[in-house]
Amino acid sequence: MREPKIIVVGGGLAGLMAVIRAAEAGVPVDLFSIVPVKRSHSVCAQGGINAAKNLKGEGDSTDRHFDDTVYGGDFLANQGPVKRMCEAAPGIIDMLDRMGVMFNRTAEGLLDFRRFGGTLFHRTAFAGATTGQQMLYALDEQVRRFESERKVKKYEGWTFLSAVLDDHRVCRGICAMDLKTMEVRTFPADAAIFCTGGIGAVFGRSTNSVVCTGSAQSALFQQGANYANAEFIQVHPTAIPGEDKCRLMSESARGEGGRVWVPRKPGDKRPAKQIPEAERFYFLEEWYPKYGNLVPRDIATRAIHKVVYTQKMGLEGAPAVYLDVSHIPRETLDRKLEGILEIYEKFLGVDPREHPMRVFPAMHYTMGGLWIDNTNQATNVSGIYAAGECEYQYHGANRLGANSLVSCIYGGMVAAPAAIRYAGGLDKGCESVPTIVYENERRRQEQINDTMLHAEGTENPVTIWKEMGDWMTEHVTVVRNNPDLERTDAKLQELADRFKKINLSDRTSWANQTLSFCRELQNMLVLARCITRGALARNESRGAHYKPDFPDRNDAEWLKTTRAHYDCGTIKFTYEPVDTSTIPPRARRYDAKA
Amino acid sequence: MDTAAPGGGNSGRKVVVRVKRRPDTREEPRWEEFALDWRPHMNIIICLRDIAERPVTRDGHATTPVSYEASCLEEVCGACAMLINGVSRQACSTLVDSLEQPIRIEPLTKFPVVRDLVVDRSIMFENLKRMKCWVPLDGTYDLGPGPRISPEVQEKYYPLARCITCGNCLEVCPQVNENSDFVGAAILSQVRLFNAHPTGAMHMKERLAAVMGPGGVADCANAQNCVEVCPKQIPLTESIAEVNRQAIREAVFGWLLG
Ligand code: SF4
Ligand code: FES
Repeated sequence: MREPKIIVVGGGLAGLMAVIRAAEAGVPVDLFSIVPVKRSHSVCAQGGINAAKNLKGEGDSTDRHFDDTVYGGDFLANQGPVKRMCEAAPGIIDMLDRMGVMFNRTAEGLLDFRRFGGTLFHRTAFAGATTGQQMLYALDEQVRRFESERKVKKYEGWTFLSAVLDDHRVCRGICAMDLKTMEVRTFPADAAIFCTGGIGAVFGRSTNSVVCTGSAQSALFQQGANYANAEFIQVHPTAIPGEDKCRLMSESARGEGGRVWVPRKPGDKRPAKQIPEAERFYFLEEWYPKYGNLVPRDIATRAIHKVVYTQKMGLEGAPAVYLDVSHIPRETLDRKLEGILEIYEKFLGVDPREHPMRVFPAMHYTMGGLWIDNTNQATNVSGIYAAGECEYQYHGANRLGANSLVSCIYGGMVAAPAAIRYAGGLDKGCESVPTIVYENERRRQEQINDTMLHAEGTENPVTIWKEMGDWMTEHVTVVRNNPDLERTDAKLQELADRFKKINLSDRTSWANQTLSFCRELQNMLVLARCITRGALARNESRGAHYKPDFPDRNDAEWLKTTRAHYDCGTIKFTYEPVDTSTIPPRARRYDAKA
Repeated sequence: MDTAAPGGGNSGRKVVVRVKRRPDTREEPRWEEFALDWRPHMNIIICLRDIAERPVTRDGHATTPVSYEASCLEEVCGACAMLINGVSRQACSTLVDSLEQPIRIEPLTKFPVVRDLVVDRSIMFENLKRMKCWVPLDGTYDLGPGPRISPEVQEKYYPLARCITCGNCLEVCPQVNENSDFVGAAILSQVRLFNAHPTGAMHMKERLAAVMGPGGVADCANAQNCVEVCPKQIPLTESIAEVNRQAIREAVFGWLLG
């Protein structure tokens, strides 16, 4: 039998997990990443990873994890895959534990668990407040081991440009660009697994890393891969706003007892410490007594918006609220939250162990992503698989905190064997594909580069990017109104027109970051429209998608997955039923009457 | 188009930045100076982005955006190490207001320059490979939980696991230079971490053999510059001392223990 050839694009948690599974199966795999994989965005995940290990005698179970996840996602997630993920989660934690992840421990030397949003159980394993970093490093080390055994070949510093599709629209490899030499090259493969992460850059400033542009997903979308539930964008309630990025203040701060509040008297100018307990408005605790500060993110974010914009109670009139951990003993803070408190201290010069932090919601995560099937992480394009944040499968209309890490690992674990099975079953592998197929794709991509490099326009790409980000953040995040969405869509088309009149200010052919940024920007503009138009179409409120004109969830019309198709420059939507076979949809509420 | 630097600064205050430019490896470096609009909480990455949006030097010459590496912007990915006013540090967490102006920005000097501020640090990843910095694993299938570890041990070793492979500790080490293969503090500290893990310790002998070889722990001359610059405050000198003890023990008793 011929040996299948697999490519993985993206070296975050999902990608590395897929690589490890392929290498374990003895299948050679090429791994492509824009950055050295150890610098992938997974390092930014702070709080932890969920698994119903039930080590605290609370009666937790994988079924409860499953229920919390489906309910938290407002019933938009397909239940089959979610159930399997929750069942796999305890084993995933054990695997990470065996790999040497420095999880926090109990006195007995067992894994410690903390509480997170959207659940009443201690279900989140954690390594200080840098859990994603610790997990990524553990997988990175295993991949390095396989690399030294020559089972894995890494292409770090390469950016994905497009899939190579044959005459039957079957994926036969990828086309990528070396970010140093700017060489465009094709790489034959029988199957490609995409683990290209988030899309934060579409919103300008987000909690995401600079590399999270969604460019690869968008390129695939434009080549015929469907994109699902694009309109579901998670805005994290607690981030430190910044000009370059909004730095996340993990939910774990609340999981360890952090409280969100504003002074009861709007505009109160006293320093936080001087405001007595009775004059503080702990609005999450008052409005949601059962879950308190640990309501799901969409709920907490809308509550903060209400306090700031409707009730005009933001700190000194500014869009900010307090996230307060100053009542927690220093020793506990340093042991469990040091990683994030250090960020606040370094970037704002204020010690959050002493003073409440000033935070505000920021774009954080996309629940939507490449459409994949319910069993194999397979997109609708033969030979293309997806795992991690870049696909849509596990979080429905709102993701619960600490579920992203588990979905990354689980997706990678499923994708690799599925891709190998597919590749093994092919009559003819990529070696039988005529070289002209690869030649043509390479030429097509080089042509795009040439056009950009020689454009004699006046528009600066950074300016276009900032405008896109500002519009998307203002109109397509927490509160959505149809007229604003229409205007945003028009604006995005204007920006796409202006993009044609771009001027690169750097036309060199060595490590030209401006060129690669422009390629990404072009793709981001397409993705932005997909999100905006998806939001425009969905006239209901569900999870993170909230329209004041349609304030209720409407299962009769909208308990459906949005599936976007790209067709010669236009985006079309179809809708398909959601798998609700195990848990019948029920009203979702976290307030006192729940 | 608005000619002011981006970001809507209106205080009139300027930030003067000098960047060492090198278009490619064949050309000699040169300095370029930029005057940017000051805003609160500005860091070095914001300065470099301002330049990208308006690549014009202080004296009005059009230039190219500066090439640099950055990703997380919260000092956890390690990408953005550079020399800022002569100090090796992360650009994203370096606030303009804490610096004397003009601010001098240069690439690290102990690694090959690719372009401008981008350097090639792949040697660090290669050395992690050489030192077998991983836990040997039978497989990723479900084999039950890992070894029990006391909270004390976890608290001692978790800080070592936070190394972001930024390379600052190598940059300031006099022993890391063109004539030496010294792997540097970061790698030795990782050796200590994996030797300490109950399963990782199963590779201890091989790791120590590598550590006792060329470029290993014997090359450390105890300058202790590394701890000063490590953005994660990793106790590097402690790590090196510990690995050194392990190496000596192995050299003296290794044959006995088999
Ligand atoms: S030990 Fe510290 S300075 Fe050295 S690479 Fe790691 S984080 Fe950077
Ligand atoms: S950008 Fe990641 S450490 Fe600075």
